Amino acid sequence: MTPPPLSVVEEGQGQGNVSLVPSPASLESRNGSGLKERNYMGLSDCSSVDSTAISSLSEENKSSMNLKATELTLGLPGSRLPDWDGSNQGKLDEKPLFPLLPSKDSAAASSVKNVVSGNKRGFSDAMDGFSEVKNAPFTEGNWMFTGTGSDTESAQPGSQGKFTLNAGVNSTISSRTTSLNLGVKSVSGNGHSGVDSAMLNEIVPSKGHERPGGGNGNGNGNGNQPAAKAQVVGWPPIRSYRKNTLATTSKNNDEVDGKPGSGALFVKVSMDGAPYLRKVDLRAYTTYQDLSSALEKMFSCFTIGQCGSHGAPGRESLSESKLRDLLHGSEFVLTYEDKDGDWMLVGDVPWDMFIDSCKRLRIMKGSDAIGLAPRAMEKSRSRN
Amino acid sequence: MPALMAFSFPEDVMEHIFTFIDSDKDRNSVSLVCKSWYEIERWSRRRVFIGNCYAASPRIVIRRFPEVRSLSLKGKPHFADFNLVPEGWGACVDPWISAMAEAYPTLEELRLKRMVVTDEGLELISRAFKNFRVLVLSSCEGFTTDGLGAIAANCRNLRELDLRECEVDDRCGHWLSCFPETCTSLVSLNFACLDGEVSFPALERLVGRCTNLKTLRLNRAVPLEKLPNLLKRAPQLVDLGTGSFSVDLYPELSSNLLGAVTGCKELKSLSGFWDVTPACLPSIYPVCSGITSLNLSYATIRRPDFVKLVSQCHNLHQLWVLDYIEDSGLAAVASSCKDLKELRVFPSYINDAEQNFQLTERGLVSVSEGCPKLRSVLYFCHQMSNEALFTIARNSPNMTRFRLCIIEPHTPDYLTQQSLDAGFGAIVQHCKGLQRLSLSGLLTDRVFEYIGNYGKKLEMLSVAFAGESDLGLHHVLSGCPSLRKLEIRDCPFGDKALLANAAKLETMRSLWMSSCSVTLGACKLLGQKMPRLNVEVIDERGSPESLPDDCLVERLYAYRTVAGPRFDMPSFVWTVDEESNSRPS
Repeated sequence: MTPPPLSVVEEGQGQGNVSLVPSPASLESRNGSGLKERNYMGLSDCSSVDSTAISSLSEENKSSMNLKATELTLGLPGSRLPDWDGSNQGKLDEKPLFPLLPSKDSAAASSVKNVVSGNKRGFSDAMDGFSEVKNAPFTEGNWMFTGTGSDTESAQPGSQGKFTLNAGVNSTISSRTTSLNLGVKSVSGNGHSGVDSAMLNEIVPSKGHERPGGGNGNGNGNGNQPAAKAQVVGWPPIRSYRKNTLATTSKNNDEVDGKPGSGALFVKVSMDGAPYLRKVDLRAYTTYQDLSSALEKMFSCFTIGQCGSHGAPGRESLSESKLRDLLHGSEFVLTYEDKDGDWMLVGDVPWDMFIDSCKRLRIMKGSDAIGLAPRAMEKSRSRN
Repeated sequence: MPALMAFSFPEDVMEHIFTFIDSDKDRNSVSLVCKSWYEIERWSRRRVFIGNCYAASPRIVIRRFPEVRSLSLKGKPHFADFNLVPEGWGACVDPWISAMAEAYPTLEELRLKRMVVTDEGLELISRAFKNFRVLVLSSCEGFTTDGLGAIAANCRNLRELDLRECEVDDRCGHWLSCFPETCTSLVSLNFACLDGEVSFPALERLVGRCTNLKTLRLNRAVPLEKLPNLLKRAPQLVDLGTGSFSVDLYPELSSNLLGAVTGCKELKSLSGFWDVTPACLPSIYPVCSGITSLNLSYATIRRPDFVKLVSQCHNLHQLWVLDYIEDSGLAAVASSCKDLKELRVFPSYINDAEQNFQLTERGLVSVSEGCPKLRSVLYFCHQMSNEALFTIARNSPNMTRFRLCIIEPHTPDYLTQQSLDAGFGAIVQHCKGLQRLSLSGLLTDRVFEYIGNYGKKLEMLSVAFAGESDLGLHHVLSGCPSLRKLEIRDCPFGDKALLANAAKLETMRSLWMSSCSVTLGACKLLGQKMPRLNVEVIDERGSPESLPDDCLVERLYAYRTVAGPRFDMPSFVWTVDEESNSRPS
């Protein structure tokens, strides 16, 4: 389960908890001759896999990893795995479609070494603790995963054997039978009642909003979006090219109920002095106010940089107001390039007209924007 | 082969033999036999494909292969398509062009994907390579139509100019008119992604004099009225992308169009259809029975019109549509297109919560039932069930690419509310040749165990909003012997799985992880332990020096390379290792 990012700090990760043994045996065997092809040019794929070699090797691995207990059982939900709710068993009266080897319920005691994840231990301490692990061949899996974690997991019923989450406490690990195989098997068993789904579903909006620096791309701070369907950047995975094209398609097509809100319209936004551009979906907003507050959030991290402080998440509110001041003051001005290629001040024309003609946005230094005002007035006069 | 025999073949005979060896894989094997063969092979290699432009450098490539005629390069990671890679990350092709301008004066072909191309680069191509023939730019950006004008004007023997979904600054100039009147060599012209108008007379003349033109893909700005004239000048066309397909069809135009289309007896592929109005569709009925590829993914036609169209397309191999056609539209596909190999169904309203039409998992199931040759699927929908996935897996054991996107993250099986682990597990188990897989919906670590175990041929895996712990990532990295590309977003995968499987990364092209639980410290350790990997941290918050080691990185992109750390990184990208956070000096 995904904890909010900050809690991971407790685990003291990255201190060499695991072994790094190069060239695991299973990979060597692919090039039976021992020749090591280096495919850095992408010139050939190492796909000449000797399948029998691999499967026998993986079986070997399995036994040494004690994974017999986790032979996959792809029955229908609830048919073989005793821990599942099976609340829908009534609906599914077919035989299991893909029975494999029967699952074993026994929690095989494993040869799992006690890998601890220290809580801010010194690097050498951590390494000493794993020296056994480090020297073990990669494939034997003598290490354990202690998942990153929130405490909610431990509240699960029947969590014996479930992958436990270590909130930085060393000793708890050895006491639980959290071997690799058990974790795998029962995770799926206990897995998915509504509790988990709810937990997971909660995570989505938080991921969308908590990202420091305001994320990139879409403005997540838009008040018009219902909270449950917060816009996640880059999801669903559709290219902007397609999104933009479909947006104008739906507008033009009479057959289709071309609501103005449908589709998307991505334009690039740059800010003078900021390292890189972003893209915003203009259709996600309905007023200039929406757009400008989203931009404030998006670019607040750059203003932080300019002020010389580090972009820690907690300081977002401070910087937002500062940016707002900057934007509303004379320091920065929001401008856009219209279809004729002219740069105009944002805000002169009605919102719908603005969306129709805006090709890209630029947050300009106020001093550079002075020349725009007369031109903008002229243009709006000629339009009206 | 005994060494004695090898020496008795003169080199030029070997070289001649090697010209029959095309595949990169075979050439690689050949080059490993002995030094002599290595040398002969490298001098005779004409085509080079580089899947990650930063895995090598121009100098290295040129040094090894001095006589290259065709180069293919891919730049940004795949997730750049979805705005996950900030602008300015890199992948500019100009250094390659400059280097090749000196080293490969006989370069003929350049194929780029997800790279930044500039007008200066295009101009240099047009002047430096006298025999330049093929330019294919997929998902590229950074250039304007001025650059295209240079290509048109200066490349005397241009055969292919193919712009696929590029972001081009259209200066509405007359780039197309820059093709000299003497140009007759075009075989393929695709400018569908451009916004602006081209000169229609120039286009008609160009099409008329290029008698070998096989592919012509127009952009939206070419109105339907212009199409008959173009088609009459190019009845040999095999691949047609229409412009805007909407007009009030007065009788003369209608018969004109119909006649022109009928005259194209070689047509195999149709695309375009922007702004399509149903009344115009019958004009393509004459060619339906012959076409093998149909792209209606920009055409918002409703089911009845679609069914009338598709039920005539008995020879279709490839079909791209919008979900607007609904399950029943796909049922029509299932009954009419028995040779279908590839299906892509795109969403038409991505920001719209209410769906007033019905596209569910049933559409895909019916296609898998009716089309036994189905191999490649990209499917966007709102609901899925394990049962449906079992059925699909059973019906389509020859599936090689399966990408399913359930639009709402973490959506469970809508019938059982369970995770979709079993369903996807069935796919990887039954489709033994599966090369590409994209997951979605509610998924635990279990699905990754299935994938790691059964995905023997899996080369590319895309994961989003799935899994529960490092175990999931570990399953994939410790299994999947053919894995080349792994891209992950918003999953609770962290340091342990990554570091435990560090060696695996060197057998892969690249790994992308964004919004996961990987710490900066782990990235540094990975970079330090694996000198042949570039471990890039892409992060807005500031230099790694200012952030603590236990802080989570926003994006990690790790790829193997023989070229060492790159020096064209923007300020928000760092190649990390323990000793020094290397940044361009």
